[in-house]
Amino acid sequence: MRSKHLSVISRCRRSLCSVANDSQSSKLSHLEKVNVEKKERKYERSAALYVHWPYCKRRCTYCNFNKYIDRNVNEERMRDNLVRETETLIRLSGVSSIASIFFGGGTPSLASADTIASIINQVKAQVTLPDSGEITLEANPTSLETNRLREFCDAGVNRLSIGVQSLRQDNLSVLGRDHTVEEAERCIREGRALFPGRVSVDLMFGLPGQTVHAWLAELRQMIDICDKHLSLYQLTLERGTQLFKDVGKHTVRMPSPDDVATMYKAAVQILSDHEYKRYEVSNFAKQEAYSTHNLTYWRGMPYIGVGPGAHGRFYVAGTRQARVQTLEPDIWMREVEAFGNATRKIVPQTLLNHLEEMVAVGLRTGWGISHDRWEEVSPLGLQDIFHHSGTIQSYRDQGLLHLDTRGLRASDTGLDVLDTLIPSLLLQLDLAFKPSVT
Amino acid sequence: MKYIFQSLCPLCRKFISWSVRKTIFERSTRGVRWYSNEKITKKTKLELSNFPAENIRNFSIIAHVDHGKSTLADRLLEITGVIPKTGSNKQVLDRLQVERERGITVKAQTASLFYQLHGVTYLLNLIDTPGHVDFNYEVSRSLGACQGVVLLVDANQGVQAQTMANFYLAFESNMVILPVLNKVDLKGAQPEMVLQQLHNLFDIPPADVLQISAKLGTGIEQLLQEVILRIPPPSGDPHQPLKALLFDSWYDQYKGVIAHMAVCDGHIKRGDKIKSCHGQKAYEVQEVGIMHPTEIPTSALYAGQVGFVMANMRNTREAQMGDTFHLVDRPVTPLPGFKPARPMVFAGVYPSDQSEYSALRNSIERLTLNDSSVSINIDSSPVLGQGWRLGFLGLLHMEVFNQRLEQEYNASIIVTAPNVPYKVKISGSKNIRKYGAPEITLLNPCLLPDTAIIEDFQEPIVTGTILMPDSYLGSVTSLCMDRRGIIKDQTYIDEKRIMMKVKFPLNEILVDFFDHLKSLTSGFASFDYEDAGYESSSLTKVDFLLNGKPVEDLAMICHSTKARMMSRGVCARLKESIPRQLFTITIQAAVGKHILAREDIRALRKDVLAKCYGGDISRKMKLLKKQAEGKKRMRQIGNVEVPKDAFINALKR
Repeated sequence: MRSKHLSVISRCRRSLCSVANDSQSSKLSHLEKVNVEKKERKYERSAALYVHWPYCKRRCTYCNFNKYIDRNVNEERMRDNLVRETETLIRLSGVSSIASIFFGGGTPSLASADTIASIINQVKAQVTLPDSGEITLEANPTSLETNRLREFCDAGVNRLSIGVQSLRQDNLSVLGRDHTVEEAERCIREGRALFPGRVSVDLMFGLPGQTVHAWLAELRQMIDICDKHLSLYQLTLERGTQLFKDVGKHTVRMPSPDDVATMYKAAVQILSDHEYKRYEVSNFAKQEAYSTHNLTYWRGMPYIGVGPGAHGRFYVAGTRQARVQTLEPDIWMREVEAFGNATRKIVPQTLLNHLEEMVAVGLRTGWGISHDRWEEVSPLGLQDIFHHSGTIQSYRDQGLLHLDTRGLRASDTGLDVLDTLIPSLLLQLDLAFKPSVT
Repeated sequence: MKYIFQSLCPLCRKFISWSVRKTIFERSTRGVRWYSNEKITKKTKLELSNFPAENIRNFSIIAHVDHGKSTLADRLLEITGVIPKTGSNKQVLDRLQVERERGITVKAQTASLFYQLHGVTYLLNLIDTPGHVDFNYEVSRSLGACQGVVLLVDANQGVQAQTMANFYLAFESNMVILPVLNKVDLKGAQPEMVLQQLHNLFDIPPADVLQISAKLGTGIEQLLQEVILRIPPPSGDPHQPLKALLFDSWYDQYKGVIAHMAVCDGHIKRGDKIKSCHGQKAYEVQEVGIMHPTEIPTSALYAGQVGFVMANMRNTREAQMGDTFHLVDRPVTPLPGFKPARPMVFAGVYPSDQSEYSALRNSIERLTLNDSSVSINIDSSPVLGQGWRLGFLGLLHMEVFNQRLEQEYNASIIVTAPNVPYKVKISGSKNIRKYGAPEITLLNPCLLPDTAIIEDFQEPIVTGTILMPDSYLGSVTSLCMDRRGIIKDQTYIDEKRIMMKVKFPLNEILVDFFDHLKSLTSGFASFDYEDAGYESSSLTKVDFLLNGKPVEDLAMICHSTKARMMSRGVCARLKESIPRQLFTITIQAAVGKHILAREDIRALRKDVLAKCYGGDISRKMKLLKKQAEGKKRMRQIGNVEVPKDAFINALKR
């Protein structure tokens, strides 16, 4: 059985035309035709747009993102370049519509509403941006920024993601955040008033000195005041951050991995009790208030990354590319001014690369990967690839993984141990796509 | 014209730098000349027939490790003009990278020196020997070609365990021993005390002992003169048919086997048809010559001389150490044979990637061309794949061999914990038939027969010699007891130092005994051992189980009194190196049905990282792919995935 599959695959991959007297061949050429049609459809379809604002007011102790502390930001120049790169990359991608925009950073709420509006207007001028299209802005809950929420709303932003991180002042200090608990609460209130049902809050757990009990109390307090969407992020120590050094010097102590596991699992339970569904490992929503922008990533659909250090995955001339923009803002600006975009790295992705990404991020969602979505990309079905593996069968037997009429997905307990499951799935995927094993 | 001749070494015809010429000039004004007046042109081969046996001295330097043997060899080469005197010569004869890095000599080297005394040119053949206990075999081989030895003792450290071993080795083979104190220039030197030790231990009158500093070059001239005066010339008859002793060999990638021979009778030259007494194979001599310090061809080698012979031998196994060679049509009685090398320590060596198996096989084959004392048995392990069980002379020998594999052949290898060869007596005729003999020697503990049919277990025993200051007596004694040692003898060699003779099971001193001894005694103790046969012992087989499934490769043999401690250690190491999995893992160590130790690895509760993965998933992908690759290399024991490292960590000590 296996060898039959493999020979089919290898032929698919080499795009050989059908061999007439093989019973499999008619099915094969059919598959290929479908595939070609799908490919043609793909790059006229829509994409999501991510825009990176690289500046922050101060450096948080845990953050290793691409951000710069600069008091003399030339906002006008930055705006012009973001608009210009948006224009160039959308044109390059050949998409006819942008389904969602996400302003991330850095601290994009430090940008002026005018900058945000300029980018949105550029998109509207160039391609279709549906009225229902989600336009999210990441915001820091300082009073200064809260006061400008209305301006952002007027600029076209229709969803807010607030970086609250904690409702305990001591935690906020350890993290180096520049807002207070009161400011955070006010920001959530005013955000909810301006963007009803479309406010998301980020919370962090596994913080230095945090106990399971304190964390759960904090979470309950948050459930009382938040909207329909919550993101829970586990604090990870990143090399080069202040916190990494502090932990190294033993000035602060991280909770044990066991405690962090308890924090996460208990949080999932509490949120579920309050009707917040874990629709991704870190993301919880009630009444289906999912972030459609993020779902684009998780389904392996195309997205365009604009701004210093932004990542993108989109099709250029039929090939899916992984793109990274130049990291450093000044150099990035110079390059955009000179070339219209500052793409630093382009890696053409093979079909297998794309499928691997789909498995790695897709299984993190509650729905997993649907047959339909998978077959839009893959010439081989999920069943063909994963059904025969002993390892995967044992995961299914243990109730960690489901492979059924809906597709491939992790169970509730499976989601907790995904980093064990995914490598096995990747191995099986590679095996299925290995060129002609004889 | 004269100038040109003077600036070329007459032997190797290499250009000699001005600084060397200057030292030569200075030396010649002192009445010692460094080369014969004979004109040697590029065309003529070096002629050695005018060195009758009475003008030849063959000698070795023997010493404890680090007592300055290789430095002395450097000085001897310099003073006789073999190598330029630049001050940068460091262990010229130590050619291997591992030798230079570790400051040890592994491979015996020969160098021929010319030295004039009272108007006569002498040919001195220096045979450098390895210093470490593991290489006693090489030392004994080298001594076979000598009539005398320079016994070198560090004036700071005094007599050490290997000094004793080397002394008796030379003494038993009736060599003239020329005792020399080295490093007398150092501040801490205690020549008086060392002289006393030499007197007490070896009956050497203090007046007979030379005092030198090889580093500074003081006393070297006198040493050379004493070598000529005290060591007898080789006794040999140039008119008898050829009789030559092969005492070392060297494999050259381009030239094949280069045998080092001592000519006892007759002479050997290019074109001679020679035959080995042991191997009974005939060869045609391609080239002969002396080492000066590399191969310099000569027209022939005559009775009493030592040099190299190339004769198209394919590998060093054909060039058996201690073999006697003669002309094909003139057989001779072979010289008394040398002790053949017997491996004492065995370890599995596997390629870290099975795809490199054949490359590693080639590397091992080529390396053993140079080191025929390594025994090779094909071995395979379900965990580590195809590999070999190699036998070594000792632990250092093993380390050096593996280091050479890695350095000189760029091989990436996994080495299992070393073990000793056990002997097992089997009962029952059916079983005896199955195993082929009533007694089998076991190289690999996994292959141990069922304990029910074992009548008697035997393990190799050694006699160890420990020398140390008496203040450490207590702690060293308890270390010995801890290693199942039986103290046989204890004597003072001077006011402060004690010599101890201890009987040990080889297994107990195999891995870290020497390190422990050194750290217990702040480095003042020295240790040496020699083979003392086999003895019956209460040995037991310990199995390791993962979730009840025995892991074959981890089966270990150890003394019953040590089983529990060893089991605990291995279980703890396994626990550290097996990652948590989706279920609880129980690690057990068992002798038969009796559980000796147990560790549990709790089930994994959560490993998914709740992190913000937006568009930038490259790093996460890379990590997951790495984990996937790692999974490929895991071994499945029952339902447990075990990384290879876990086995290696468990098998290490």
